[in-house]
Amino acid sequence: MNNNFNKNDKNEFEYNKTNNNSENTDKNEFEYNKVENNSNEKENLGDVEFNLGNKSESKNLNIGEKADFENNSPEVSSSAPMVSPTMMVVKRFLRNKLAITGFVILIVMFLFSFVGGFFTPYGESQIFSKYETMAKEYASAVKNTDFRYTVKSGEKLDSSVKSKFILASNKGEDTFEASGIEYFITKESDTLYRIARLDKIGTAVNYNDIAIASKKIFDYAVMGTEADYEFVYAAEKAIINDGAEFIFEENSFEVDINDDIAVIYRLSDNGSTEKSEYATVSEFVVKPVSDDVYLPLSFKIAVKSAVDDMISSEKSSNTSNFSYTNENGETEEYSIDRLNNQFTVKSLTSSLVISMYEPPSREHWLGTDGNGMDIITRLMYGGRISLTIGFVVVMIELIIGVILGGISGYFSGAADTVIMRIVDILNCIPSYPLYIIIGAVMDTLRIDPKIRIYYLMLILGALGWTGIARLVRGQILSLREQEFMTAAEAVGIRVSRRIFRHLVPNIIPQLIVVATMGLGGIILTEATLSFLGLGVKFPYASWGNIINAVSNSYVMINYWFVWIPAGFLILLTVLGFNFVGDGLRDAFDPKMKR
Amino acid sequence: MRCIPISFIETIARERASLPGSKSYTEWLEQLNESFGMNTGIMEGFFKWFGSAIRGNFGDSWKYNVPVVEKFSEVIWDSVILGGAAYILQIIIAIPLGILSARRQYSKTDYAVTVFALIGISLPSFFIATLLKLIFSIHLGWFDLFGKVGRDFEQLSPWGQFWDIAAHFTLPVITLTLVGIGGLMRYTRTNMLEALSSDYIRTARAKGVSERRVINKHAFRNTLIPIITILGGTLPGLFAGAMITETLFQIPGIGYISFEAMKSGDIPFTMFYMVFMAFLTLIGTLIADILYAAADPRVRVN
Repeated sequence: MNNNFNKNDKNEFEYNKTNNNSENTDKNEFEYNKVENNSNEKENLGDVEFNLGNKSESKNLNIGEKADFENNSPEVSSSAPMVSPTMMVVKRFLRNKLAITGFVILIVMFLFSFVGGFFTPYGESQIFSKYETMAKEYASAVKNTDFRYTVKSGEKLDSSVKSKFILASNKGEDTFEASGIEYFITKESDTLYRIARLDKIGTAVNYNDIAIASKKIFDYAVMGTEADYEFVYAAEKAIINDGAEFIFEENSFEVDINDDIAVIYRLSDNGSTEKSEYATVSEFVVKPVSDDVYLPLSFKIAVKSAVDDMISSEKSSNTSNFSYTNENGETEEYSIDRLNNQFTVKSLTSSLVISMYEPPSREHWLGTDGNGMDIITRLMYGGRISLTIGFVVVMIELIIGVILGGISGYFSGAADTVIMRIVDILNCIPSYPLYIIIGAVMDTLRIDPKIRIYYLMLILGALGWTGIARLVRGQILSLREQEFMTAAEAVGIRVSRRIFRHLVPNIIPQLIVVATMGLGGIILTEATLSFLGLGVKFPYASWGNIINAVSNSYVMINYWFVWIPAGFLILLTVLGFNFVGDGLRDAFDPKMKR
Repeated sequence: MRCIPISFIETIARERASLPGSKSYTEWLEQLNESFGMNTGIMEGFFKWFGSAIRGNFGDSWKYNVPVVEKFSEVIWDSVILGGAAYILQIIIAIPLGILSARRQYSKTDYAVTVFALIGISLPSFFIATLLKLIFSIHLGWFDLFGKVGRDFEQLSPWGQFWDIAAHFTLPVITLTLVGIGGLMRYTRTNMLEALSSDYIRTARAKGVSERRVINKHAFRNTLIPIITILGGTLPGLFAGAMITETLFQIPGIGYISFEAMKSGDIPFTMFYMVFMAFLTLIGTLIADILYAAADPRVRVN
């Protein structure tokens, strides 16, 4: 028999070269195919179109056409053992390469989605964050070029007097007159002037010191300390004298001069060596960037000395770093940027930031998304939801479709008409607009995302059963005329039992095929809805709402890892379902048409 | 549609109420409800709408401020062109490929075509659209990201304008073609296989008719019957627009416009769109039935 086959095969090979480019594999397959020929041959004769990848079967057909296949068949059938229909289905399915590919894809997807979630170290909506050092503008320092006036208590210094004083001091004069009153300037140093008013009481001429004009800035350790004329004068004098102690209001102060910065310490009363920083005198104004920050004196000193170093070093570098130990003993890093005479102090604080759109790394294999969540974990949980929705919706569709289709097909008449009109009406409703409206309604009702998923399943199921109902009805219409139904009726089995135990099992193969193909379609619909923001909502992941990130075109362009994997997962899963559905259809019944 | 909570009227009322020196929100709401004819109950409102709709008066679109039908006739042709181009491309590509794969059943070509067709069926349109945008608009810079016309459209010559629109339509057409091509290809293949395995083909071969003639004359002609039927049935679908694709590429066709209308709660436009879609479905079924009878003399309506 084998020879016979091979001979035929060769004949056929010569006859139809184009059709036969894998001769060897076919020979091998014939051995395997023998067992099935008995049951397959009739189908083979009539129909080939759906035997994808099923080479030997198609070959048989060609042989049948060209050679005396009919003669072979009795031999085959007599020698072949009987195979159960289920086994045949399984075998035909297993021989279909595409179906197997699809099956493998689906298994991988299921493992990825349902098992992967247990292995990933992260949670579905776990947000990742990291510490990042950020240079935040913290304070600014400016070299002071204007005079600052310290006015004796009880006196007044008008702005006209101030401007006249500036003019006079620039010219080097030591007297000036403002609004009829004469003033006298005493120059103590380049940056320190004393202003005295010439008071004429009768003929007596009296000089009264009223103010100090200085370019130095006094910063006090205690916030809100008022500059006092006597103190400022004493301090300035001490600075001019290159650091000395002075006494003011019965307190001793010590001046410590370091380059251009003078620090005034207040000596403790009991004569011990303890001293506390009281004020600092320099030409720099140090101000915090935001008003609600108080800069402690020690910080100002640190800034000033750093700025002073920058100026004195005369290097071209416009940035420098310094560290400052705050009152809690923590070291803080700061950097200073120089722009002419303006110095900006930036604090290098490390702050906790959500790690958004991190590129793939060892920790996060596909990086993180815009919410700082691990994408591969999101994909796993998203797959769970997408696949679950697919299965539940198909179950709902099957239940409604089989019951209504069964009833409609069995009791033609009024029930049939009503159910079929419902089907027609549902078919006429454009699905996407309806989903969009329902999605918007759920948006506004602020339905909990979890409950929303259930609603989504219900809606998709409630609108999608019509196809299945039609299929069931059509099949049942032809099946119920057959003898076994007459027998069932004669035996007196209940109607519901007749429909669901005798008729429906006969269309289970078709239902399985339709359900498998439908699963892919539902996953697509769900993904589209989630993509439009109407399906599964944050914090729950679904493949569709992961891709939703592309509505921000910056993400689309720069962060491929956010959306491309999800798209491919959808594609692969739907493709897998289609492959398997296709393969199942071929396997169940090669005659079945699309 | 009435239940839709993104109420257009409430939004307007809120906007107007927030203007300086305006009436309160509730007053505006009352006034607007009356002027938009929304002060009736749902059922009453529906019958009122239905009464005028049946006479061809679908009212004014709230969002676009023009009669619904006018807006519709303004945008529908973009959708038709888009859909038509994709439709023609699908036919040109899918039918020869389907026939090819049926002729070489179980060959590598057949596998490739089948896989390609199934991928087409499985592709989420939003994903392929985004992918195309990324590749052709961003990395290659051949097309604009979205829109119907370019920035300098007004300055172009008529031919330039035509090419501008054509360039903007390219990616959406490719998307629609890719998404829709699979089904047609599979359908052609199935029917061609059926035709090839039928008796008259065997007879023709037995007569010694050349293979080419068998395919082109005998098999293909018979395959055309179901294909024409299904193509005719999908013809009205050209007017339905492609909501997702049009929205993604922001082509102002019926899909995009009605999506925007729905988002803003424009009840008259959405109602019209729903009616239109239902109408198209019915027409499609009708055409398919008629064509089926016309193409195949064996089918007769008794």
